[in-house]
Amino acid sequence: MARSNALTATLAGFGAGTLATLANFGRFWLFSLHALSFVPIELVTVRGWRRLLPQCFHIGACSVPVIMLTGMFIGMVLIVQGYEQFDAAGLRDRLGAIVNISIAAELGPVLAGVMLAGRVGGALAAELGTMNVTEQLLALRSMGADPVRHLVVPRFLACLFLTPLLTAYADLLGALGAFAIFVGVYGGPPEPYWAFTREIVQLWDLGTGIIKALFFGAAIGLVSCYKGFHCRPGAEGVGQACTQSFVVSFILILMLDFFLNVVLNGLYSVWYGYRSLI
Amino acid sequence: MSDTDPIIELRGVSKTFGRQRVLDEIDLRVERGRNTVIVGRSGTGKSVLLKHIVGLLRPDRGAVYFGGQRIDTLGERALVPIRQQISFVFQLNALFDSMTVLENVAFPMTENQRGRLDHRKIRALAERCLEMVGLRGFERKRPAELSGGERKRVALARAIALDPPPRVILYDEPTAGLDPQRSDAINKLIRRLQEDVHVTGVIVTHDMKSAAEVGDRLLVLWNGRFIADGPPHEVLQARDEHVRRFVQGIAEPEDLRLIGA
Repeated sequence: MARSNALTATLAGFGAGTLATLANFGRFWLFSLHALSFVPIELVTVRGWRRLLPQCFHIGACSVPVIMLTGMFIGMVLIVQGYEQFDAAGLRDRLGAIVNISIAAELGPVLAGVMLAGRVGGALAAELGTMNVTEQLLALRSMGADPVRHLVVPRFLACLFLTPLLTAYADLLGALGAFAIFVGVYGGPPEPYWAFTREIVQLWDLGTGIIKALFFGAAIGLVSCYKGFHCRPGAEGVGQACTQSFVVSFILILMLDFFLNVVLNGLYSVWYGYRSLI
Repeated sequence: MSDTDPIIELRGVSKTFGRQRVLDEIDLRVERGRNTVIVGRSGTGKSVLLKHIVGLLRPDRGAVYFGGQRIDTLGERALVPIRQQISFVFQLNALFDSMTVLENVAFPMTENQRGRLDHRKIRALAERCLEMVGLRGFERKRPAELSGGERKRVALARAIALDPPPRVILYDEPTAGLDPQRSDAINKLIRRLQEDVHVTGVIVTHDMKSAAEVGDRLLVLWNGRFIADGPPHEVLQARDEHVRRFVQGIAEPEDLRLIGA
């Protein structure tokens, strides 16, 4: 009897947890659709741009140093990791191309996304969470303003537009950082580095990274704003919202990366066929 | 709709959070142009009641009317014209941190009256509202740079910054956290708004001095129901045990038992 009760309680707990997760998921999509419904009007009105531009500064311009460092060190580390192996295999000249394609298509967007999820996502969740617990969101509603339109849409658009730009910047700094180590530390020849890069890295690879960054930016913007809007009261609630915002954004970035890779690689195979990188 | 009809009416409003019933079939009729004060212990649902009036919360049961129109069934967009007639002074002021004092005060007008009021007129009106609360010269400051009393006055200035002025102002603990002198200034300001601008006020407070000073009518909320209703001088002398204890600030026996006193 006692075992049966424990089993029932476990199943009930599991059921309640599943229902809560599904309800949360549903709320997130409703919240996202609500925000997306305002995007066209915000993009064609002066007031929309007045709200968007300050966010572009906070989310984009203020993230440049972090993204710069991230991109540069990715490139540098990849050269350090790969140089001896490629040199031993007689493929030293192709190392730059391999590193650059890795950065452009995969590591640039993913690591830039993760950095932004930490820096921007945490800040957005904290800012909106604080506004929530200090009744500023209620005040907006009480004045007939839609908090989602006023607060979420500009932040979402700034993340959407600027994550690809920041990713392109991370790619550039990654390539330059890798080149600096390849030539400056290992004494590799500069001409083949760029020649093979030009030959192997295609516009498709850069485009793949930028498309991924668009999705990552959208995910970071929506998840962070949702967590801020739905945080629990008090300092602990705001802190949890920041943590959850980063964790969920991070997981979403990895999941989106996987599915986008499957889709984009499939499309490449259909349109261009197989290509060898070495 | 005649002038004698209530501007706000709650009929049988009940609200439950989890297992706690906060409002229990509340009936309330708020008359135009008068200050109605609601007092009661912390957690008895005073703020919840105010939020029902402006549609920020919806009742589990019952109905809420504003100007004769039922509003608890309206969606967010349909509520906008109603909310443009009601101002809400929040307990924590709810000033927007990212804006200056002037931008905060001008916000309701820039949000709701653009097209009808140009930028210069909005600015002039916002400055006049700041002057009414004695805060000229504070326009460029941010809320974080202000004292508690100054923030409260900015919140009041924002509440009246509409053209035409709001029909109703809801005050949630307008004197909470202020020293007696600041509280007195806020009370006088609330009275002046009622007398000069003819705004209907609904004031939620713990402060009995404030209640007596600003109220034309005083209600005591207890366990989700009103247990006293009348002019302040009558309610302050009521014989009901709970009312008497609340008014005189004497702890309830069960509270004393909890702390072993």
